[in-house]
Amino acid sequence: MGELKVEKHAKYILTVEKKKDDFESVVMEHLRLNGAYWGLTTLDIIGKLDAIDPEEVVSWIMQCQDESGGFGGNIGHDPHVLYTLSAIQVLALFNKLDVLDTEKVANYIASLQADDGSFAGDIWGEIDTRFSYIAICSLALLRRLDKINVEKAVKHILSCQNVDGGFGCIPGAESHAGQIFCCVGALAITGHLHLLDKDLLGWWLSERQVKSGGLNGRPEKLPDVCYSWWVLSSLIMIDRIHWIDKQKLVHFILDCQDKENGGISDRPDDAVDVYHTYFGIAGLSLLEYPGLKPIDPAYALPVEVINRIFLSR
Amino acid sequence: MHGISRKPPTDEDQAASSLKAAKLRDLHAQMLNFHRNKIYTKEAMEISASMLELNPEHYTGWNYRKLAVQFHLNQLPGNGDDSQSIQSILTQELRVVENALRRNHKSYGAWHHRKWVLSKGYLSTDRELRLLDMFCKLDSRNFHMWNYRRFIASLRKMPDEEELKYTTGIIEDNFSNYSAWHYRSVLLCKLMEKKVSGYDAEEIVLKDEYEFVRSALFTDPDDQSGWFYHLWLLEKTLQYEPALISSWPPQGSNLHLSHGACSTGPQPFPEVHFQSKGRMFPLILYFSEPVNCLSSSTVTAECECHTFTNLIWRALSASPQHFSQAWMTYIEFPDNIDLSKACSVSVTVAGAPEITSLSGKPLSKCCHLSFSVRTPSDSSVHSEVDGHHKISWSEENFMVHSEVFQSSFLHMLRSSIGVEKVDNKDTSDWRMDIISNEVAYCQELLLAMDCKIGKLTLVRLLMARSMLVSNGNMDDGTEVRYEDIVKLYDGLKKMDPVHVCYYEDQCSLALLKQVISDVESLAKHCGQYREPSSPASKPYSFLRLNGLLISRIGFMENFLWVQMLDLSHNKLRDIEGLEALQLLVCLKLSHNRIRSFTSLEPLKLLSSLKVLDISHNEIGAHSIDTRRHLCASPLTHSVENEWRLDELVDEDGTQKENWDAYLLFKDLKLVQLDIAGNPVANYRLRSFIVKLMPSLHWLDAEITIR
Repeated sequence: MGELKVEKHAKYILTVEKKKDDFESVVMEHLRLNGAYWGLTTLDIIGKLDAIDPEEVVSWIMQCQDESGGFGGNIGHDPHVLYTLSAIQVLALFNKLDVLDTEKVANYIASLQADDGSFAGDIWGEIDTRFSYIAICSLALLRRLDKINVEKAVKHILSCQNVDGGFGCIPGAESHAGQIFCCVGALAITGHLHLLDKDLLGWWLSERQVKSGGLNGRPEKLPDVCYSWWVLSSLIMIDRIHWIDKQKLVHFILDCQDKENGGISDRPDDAVDVYHTYFGIAGLSLLEYPGLKPIDPAYALPVEVINRIFLSR
Repeated sequence: MHGISRKPPTDEDQAASSLKAAKLRDLHAQMLNFHRNKIYTKEAMEISASMLELNPEHYTGWNYRKLAVQFHLNQLPGNGDDSQSIQSILTQELRVVENALRRNHKSYGAWHHRKWVLSKGYLSTDRELRLLDMFCKLDSRNFHMWNYRRFIASLRKMPDEEELKYTTGIIEDNFSNYSAWHYRSVLLCKLMEKKVSGYDAEEIVLKDEYEFVRSALFTDPDDQSGWFYHLWLLEKTLQYEPALISSWPPQGSNLHLSHGACSTGPQPFPEVHFQSKGRMFPLILYFSEPVNCLSSSTVTAECECHTFTNLIWRALSASPQHFSQAWMTYIEFPDNIDLSKACSVSVTVAGAPEITSLSGKPLSKCCHLSFSVRTPSDSSVHSEVDGHHKISWSEENFMVHSEVFQSSFLHMLRSSIGVEKVDNKDTSDWRMDIISNEVAYCQELLLAMDCKIGKLTLVRLLMARSMLVSNGNMDDGTEVRYEDIVKLYDGLKKMDPVHVCYYEDQCSLALLKQVISDVESLAKHCGQYREPSSPASKPYSFLRLNGLLISRIGFMENFLWVQMLDLSHNKLRDIEGLEALQLLVCLKLSHNRIRSFTSLEPLKLLSSLKVLDISHNEIGAHSIDTRRHLCASPLTHSVENEWRLDELVDEDGTQKENWDAYLLFKDLKLVQLDIAGNPVANYRLRSFIVKLMPSLHWLDAEITIR
């Protein structure tokens, strides 16, 4: 089984960042800002963030900002909350949140809240609890939660809760680990976790662990490393992580590494990518794998970054 | 990458990939250019269509198309003849979406674009139903497809009963369809809530559904989908309105208020003692599930000639949203009331619509509670100064109650709170019937096949039956045998080792139930504790649950009377529920698995707590704090708590090193504390705690030097 090949993964992230010409990179051009968050947060967790020049990153990020205050996935792309959160998160990593016109960004996000408390992703109106989480997490990091109606936002999130204790993207939608992470995270950040039936949800989440030790996203589906984050962080936030076998999950994640070239894939022997590399390593951090910085399960940033933002003047 | 092999690409693959990349990059650039310059020509539209059909995830492309559609719609003469042109423009969009969906049938952008187009009206939804059928055959678990189905059903105003029939068809085709079972639960909830004809009798609906799911369970017991649905049916079967299930002072008790300690030995129930400086005592109400809105307008307390007004009710919960199972207030007798003889007090919780449970059910029936209060004639005699004796927790100081005491004690635990709690004698029968039936079916299935989730369901059914029995329902005659339940959990731990800790937690609850179920077992666990160092020292009502290997506590409604609690040598990670034990003075939690100060947050609500032993736990041993967001702190923006940030921040502006210890100990007034044996308990922390709690006399068994 072996161990986490930290050096290889660092090298992989630094090279993938430069490779822009192969098909995989082009097809994901529109979410490069997300990619920056995944890659840079991973580097921070493994203690290699100093390999990056913050100025270069910050300057590129700011070029992704649109006049509305929101950020697009790449330069020239339309603004959307998905990329606005990643921008804020990366700036937080580098302790450079002060380059933002906080008022402007906060107003952009707040303008997307509907009357029923839900959030659209952009002006085109797609409603999804992912966007509720994003709005709440972004504004919390900017210390501007006062810009939205938190109680209504919570009410909408709770209306997306299903009889199995999980959450979907809109009311009536099936429970899915990714959506559950978003809803539980939003409730955590706003201090509403006690409104959940932690035992019911905890059991549904624990049943995501299959015999191989990996986690799936919903019943009767295949395990995937990215669920090591979505399911794991949810379990941690509601203090039910002990309901899965942590060691077996560690083994599964380590098995998904490409030990030669670095990077982690969704399943052993599949092609690696930055997304799964981040989720695998963030998952290992939550599992207290030695040598990794602890990550906050709700804000998805290193604990020291979050403590710096919330516990100092 | 999902489904892409790790094998390094061949040179030919590389070349092909570069070619594809160049082509796509070019399409991206062109589309962005059209978008920036608001170019919506036919050619531009075709190029953007090609781009989206190759890469439906490029969201700016869909935005561009929406702007293009709006542009073209605005170009129309607008003279009422337009509907065909409009349909033509919109139908073209549907074509692009369909092609994009062929590339990726889970593309958020594609599905949303289709929804956006349909929302404009003008188009037939018949075609949409056919499209949905096609995608359902392709992947019946595609949640985008199901969400879109619900959207179309709402557009067509399709009745829920019809959609229910649709799910029946899908499930009959293939039982393993969690998405269909989920949709079924959504529809049934709506039908039952709206009391649609045919779905207004809960008993009949549930019985039908149990029968329907049974075929799935018996056909393929290893598929989880049916079992999750079965669990929901069980929850629905057990759903009661919230009820008052316990209190302190207990129902029917005779409360003796005195200044000094009880001079005679402990008296059996219904005599209850409380040491009080004045004529005041706490009143604690405990409900079957968390409720809100207890206040002086929803709860009345009165005695013969006096109504206690302006009572301030407090939710005993870590949750700032005021949902709590345990609520308390203080009752104080004015001087003019004669307490030399028993004064009867009655408490009424109004069947008010304001009081609702966390799950949304209103407390529709009144709950009554009554007990008597007196102050013994020697109440003016002041006992010794409230001195502090070091509590040694020594075995010899524990005295078991007599058998008479134990049985009266058991009677107290079982005494039901007055009146309407189990009014629904007739309706509760069918619930018990269903549970008994399901137990039988489950046992039958398990004989044929040893199935993990089937076994877990059986255990849940047995615990449900025990709950119905203890809530005072009519028994179906079968004795509740906790040994069987524990044995089933042992079997589950072997079958499914990955979830061992889940089974341990659940089993702990069964073990606790077993402890309070009969006189013999109670005798081992309840008694009086008296520290011999001072003969006049007060005895404490003592509950000991140490060394039981439990990882969870529960059923606090049975323990509201406890003043001294030993939970040491167990496997506890958290103490949720303990906040209800308002009479608690001494608590021993040593040799458990407590990992953080945030886990101890419930202690902040225990205003009488003086002695705490948390030695030999795991505080400081873990890098991840699993209670971090469950605890009220600046991280959770808990509105109720005013964060005096200055207190948390050092002079140089960095976080206080032990902010979590600070948040816990600043509100406690402990006299005796043990924290040795935790990695976090270094010299710095000890000095910090001593500074924080001026009341502290003993820290780790040594007298604190100030």
